[in-house]
Amino acid sequence: MKQRFLSFKKNKYMKDLELYEKLATGQTPKFMVIACADSRVCPSSVLGFQPGEAFVVRNVANMVPPYENGPTETNAALEFAVNSLKVENILVIGHSRCGGIRALMSMHDDVEPSGLIGSWVSVGMNARVKTKAATHLLNFDQQCKHCEKESVNCSLVNLLSYPWVEEKVRNGELNIHGGYYDFVDCSFEKWTLYKENNLRDESGKVAVKDRAFWF
Amino acid sequence: MQSTTFHFLASIMSSSSRHAGMGNLSQDEAIEGLKKLLIHSDKDEQLNKELETKIEKLISDLLGTTPHDCHPVKRILGGFQSFKTTKFDMYPELFSELAEHQTPKFLVFACCDSRVSPSNILDFQPGEAFVFRNIGNLVPPFNQLRYSGVGAAIEYAVVKLNVENILVIGHSRCGGIDRLMSLPEDGSTANDCIDDWVQIGLPAKAKVKAEFGHLPLDEQKRECEKEAVNLSLTNLQTYPYVRERMARKALALRGGYYDFVEGCFKLWEVKSIITTPIHS
Repeated sequence: MKQRFLSFKKNKYMKDLELYEKLATGQTPKFMVIACADSRVCPSSVLGFQPGEAFVVRNVANMVPPYENGPTETNAALEFAVNSLKVENILVIGHSRCGGIRALMSMHDDVEPSGLIGSWVSVGMNARVKTKAATHLLNFDQQCKHCEKESVNCSLVNLLSYPWVEEKVRNGELNIHGGYYDFVDCSFEKWTLYKENNLRDESGKVAVKDRAFWF
Repeated sequence: MQSTTFHFLASIMSSSSRHAGMGNLSQDEAIEGLKKLLIHSDKDEQLNKELETKIEKLISDLLGTTPHDCHPVKRILGGFQSFKTTKFDMYPELFSELAEHQTPKFLVFACCDSRVSPSNILDFQPGEAFVFRNIGNLVPPFNQLRYSGVGAAIEYAVVKLNVENILVIGHSRCGGIDRLMSLPEDGSTANDCIDDWVQIGLPAKAKVKAEFGHLPLDEQKRECEKEAVNLSLTNLQTYPYVRERMARKALALRGGYYDFVEGCFKLWEVKSIITTPIHS
């Protein structure tokens, strides 16, 4: 651990003292990123975020619970990033082979989720229901992959359930993006929530734009 | 020409240091002025383009600003392309193994603060650390009804991934700890979610107030940043699977503190000792 920190200090901190001195007085990140805690998907590595660029929340399966669920650590971070730091973009990143999504998809119907993992990933239950409906002919692995992306959409919709988030998106002060990192073939898919008057139509579907796929 | 160039540069420097100089120009006006001076339409287009980029970089270096407002999608794409070419494609064996499974040795709790990514400051590579980031790097005590987010991460990392180390990293100038120390005594809250969350740290605040209440508030906050790490380490031990593994020495708990003002990092470990008989 000592070697690692000293290497950071020598190769990064000392080489960019001005930046670090400026950052020491305050942070003004333009991004809030919600990513999975998975050891393979650190946003600083995969998307090259440097110190000061992104306020990062990491939890199991990159989930955002809806406003109605009450206070959690994820929405405390959301409140801070949007209201205090005034970030301009929120990016929710899902990924391939997610253990949390697998746990969600493995749950038995009509059985109460067991353990803390089960309690947490139940936040994504809408994504599981949609996935099961759309992919019943696919094998389990393919269903999980579909759910990984569906869960990002579910989180994006949940973001809009927060009044302070919806207001800023409506005013054009905040953009909401979804992303999916596939580390099997090293590709990144991203899309942006469509910001018009009817952000959430009656059926709960969300309009997206600027979908892109990079590999 | 040289004196005119100097005039533009001097205007930029004086406007950036905010004292009244003669004929202060805005940054944009200065950039445009320099470009007009140095870029000629009869020169090669490629050369002019390069000159344009260099002028913008020079001005931004002088002022310590970025040349353009960062376009978010371009920023994300650029970052991913860089990762793909400098890491993913360079180590195919590692990444194909990681695609199958992850076996991190660390579970790390860190703050969401944009300045304290564990991958940056402790150089964690893909596959090394399962990282949970929340406001104030707080770990609440074991509770089956609340805080399932944190609980899920601990359960997954300890039971499913069998990590051998848990590291909780606090840091300087933490906004979460700042809010904790500023919470009104009467229990009123201005921010529903943040205030509800940081109250997990109240035992640390109480300890700091008792021991260091005579110090200025800023110094009390520094102490609380470290004390909150200790509180999280204590709370971690209320999780049955953490306790069980610590008892058979399969899991080590450590605390860390990253001070980005001084540029230093402290590390300490949780040890429990059973003394020899003190009375017979």
